[in-house]
Amino acid sequence: MTFDEQAITRDLDSRVRQLLATHEPAHTDPQEFLGARFDAGLAWVQFPEGHGGLGLPQSFQEQVNAALAAAGAPEPAVAKNGIGFGMAAPTIAAFGTEEQKRKFLRPLYINEHVYCQLFSEPGAGSDFGALATRAVRDGSGNGDWIVNGQKVWTSGAQNAQMAILVARTDPNVPKHAGLTYFLCDMTDPGVEVRPLRQITGEAEFNEVFLTDVRVPDANRLGGEGQGWLVALTTLNNERVAIGSGVPNAMIGKVVAAWRAQPELRNPAMLDDLMRLWVESEATRLTGERLRQQLASGQPGPEGSAMKLALARLTQAISGLEMQLHGEAGLRYDDWTLRRPEIVDFIGRGPGYRYLRAKGNSIEGGTSEILRNVIAERVLGLPPEHRADKDIAWKDLAR
Amino acid sequence: MSTANLLYTDTEDALRDAVRRLFGDRCKPDAVLTVYDHLDAEFTDVWKTLAAELGLAGLLVPESLGGAGASTREAAVVMEEIGRAVAPVPFLSSAVLATVALLETGETQTLESLADGSTTGALTIPLSTPPGSYTATVRVGASGLTGWVSSVAGANTADVLVVPVAGPDGLELHTVARAAPGLKVTPALSLDMTRPIADVEFSAVDSTRIDNGDKGAAGDAVAEALLCGAVLLASEQVGVAQWCLETTLGYVKQRKQFGRPVGSFQALKHRLADLWLEVSSAGATARYAADTYARGDADTPIAAAVAQAYCSDVAAHAAEECIQQHGGIGMTWEYPAHLYLKRAKSDQLALGTPYRHRARLAELIDLPT
Repeated sequence: MTFDEQAITRDLDSRVRQLLATHEPAHTDPQEFLGARFDAGLAWVQFPEGHGGLGLPQSFQEQVNAALAAAGAPEPAVAKNGIGFGMAAPTIAAFGTEEQKRKFLRPLYINEHVYCQLFSEPGAGSDFGALATRAVRDGSGNGDWIVNGQKVWTSGAQNAQMAILVARTDPNVPKHAGLTYFLCDMTDPGVEVRPLRQITGEAEFNEVFLTDVRVPDANRLGGEGQGWLVALTTLNNERVAIGSGVPNAMIGKVVAAWRAQPELRNPAMLDDLMRLWVESEATRLTGERLRQQLASGQPGPEGSAMKLALARLTQAISGLEMQLHGEAGLRYDDWTLRRPEIVDFIGRGPGYRYLRAKGNSIEGGTSEILRNVIAERVLGLPPEHRADKDIAWKDLAR
Repeated sequence: MSTANLLYTDTEDALRDAVRRLFGDRCKPDAVLTVYDHLDAEFTDVWKTLAAELGLAGLLVPESLGGAGASTREAAVVMEEIGRAVAPVPFLSSAVLATVALLETGETQTLESLADGSTTGALTIPLSTPPGSYTATVRVGASGLTGWVSSVAGANTADVLVVPVAGPDGLELHTVARAAPGLKVTPALSLDMTRPIADVEFSAVDSTRIDNGDKGAAGDAVAEALLCGAVLLASEQVGVAQWCLETTLGYVKQRKQFGRPVGSFQALKHRLADLWLEVSSAGATARYAADTYARGDADTPIAAAVAQAYCSDVAAHAAEECIQQHGGIGMTWEYPAHLYLKRAKSDQLALGTPYRHRARLAELIDLPT
């Protein structure tokens, strides 16, 4: 450790001690504590001073988190506000004006603003850049934008105060050039949220209908027509929708059933099971090696591909699990329209796992799109022919 | 398990560079191809350079016995490069299988001559033998060794054979000089002529018993050699797969049909994306196996079975894709893709098929049939 790093570590220690001294976790309202933590620059140390950070390398965050957790301090709602913490915050930090960072980062951090993501549309899934939701300047001259359109696959919209929104502001230029990125108030009366029930019976997601929703120009992130660029930052921060430990946990379920219920065993199935066990282990080790590469400063390109392997595995394992259970596989645990906040792969039954896993190869980039990404960006293979490249969005075939 | 280092150290990278340079100079594909038309094609010089000058024959041998005192982590790097070059050198048969068997018995005389590269050995078992217990087909009697072992890798060019023998009290391990009277080694036409196999016949052959006579000692030595061989074969398979993937990528980027590079068609690029992921994962499993073996980790048998079950199929898949995505040129004798297909398919059968390794794994993780 260099002298500087030691000095930073000592400084962070003293900041943490001071925060804990002035805001004793046991006797402080959690939201107030988080606000004080933000003001002390200990929310995201890599963010600028005055915006929840200290302008330090992100690697120092770990030490702060550990010290505060050890003291029993309230935790930010990272899981409940995954879009906010994982996607909105880094995008606001990267593209927001001073005013926007001041206005939006603190409420996000103290859990006042839960975010959702208004990106995908019925007509713009893999081809997200073709989206049709329109934002038009209000004629009265106050600079506000009036937004109309329909978004889909919005998780958490029913609980969100804010949304990251990409809308089309100029239909007369090629599709990627006419997009603009906004922070949208979900409590606007023009926002209607409808649960989108999925094949599992539950509704993790929503459709969001936007009718004359008013968005002040002060909520525009980046310039007009820069929405694609800003959205790329968001999407680069999109966390893999499925944890890398899920296949191992799922195969653990199958293995446990195999051991506990001899009547289910079928010699022909054992080789298939072992094949998936081996692939799960190979995928776990690939993820482990990726972490070691990142930690040693030699980032590997495997990250973009992990989701591909995970999706294939969760689908194959859950498909095998159904067959293993035979008669019990004919049953299902719950068809009611639940509104879950997390995907509970392990707590539910095999039928749920089988059905929910089908989404793993669609959400957050289909496996087909991911193969294009790997082939073109990692392997350097020539890109697809693009028929829509130089054509104004309004003239595209739809 | 969390202590496994799945990356390469600077020393390992330097070792890789040295081996790659040697093969780049003296093991080019057109030279390797000659082993199929000239059964007496000579790669002894390449092996001698690798074994003696670079000192790699003794990688797994302790320094006190004249070796390099390295581990399976370094040997795995050599195996990756052997795979990339389909190099026709007896590293696996002599410097791994025979050497580890000798090491485990405590034999030192033959070991030292193997370690310094002055002689070459071969563990006299069929190349297809899976890890686990081995049933010998050679017997010891009053007149010496008698019996027959088929498909032994490296037997024809070995100076000394390390022979598992069925004795009156169980398995024994003997050494036999290649020139011993009554020993007949018949080279076979191998699918993979870069790792030639031979049938070995013993008719009243003089031998030296090298295990100490303890019950199970010889069996343990053979099992250890097979385990180490399985661990390292996975790295060779990774090298084969990497060559196939890289060569295919290079080809589909420049080959044009329908007025565009064939690599711009999703029918090919999606398969290559999948293959790249497989090859990456294969690398992780092989590295984990090499690292666990080097550390003496209790997870080694599982790691070896995972690596073999996974890497065997990936190498074969990569070689098959290499042929297919090259189209007609991939089927020609002239183009080197077939050298890799033959090595990959033989490697899939060597030291146990993936089916055998999955069955073994089921036992190891307590999944009863």
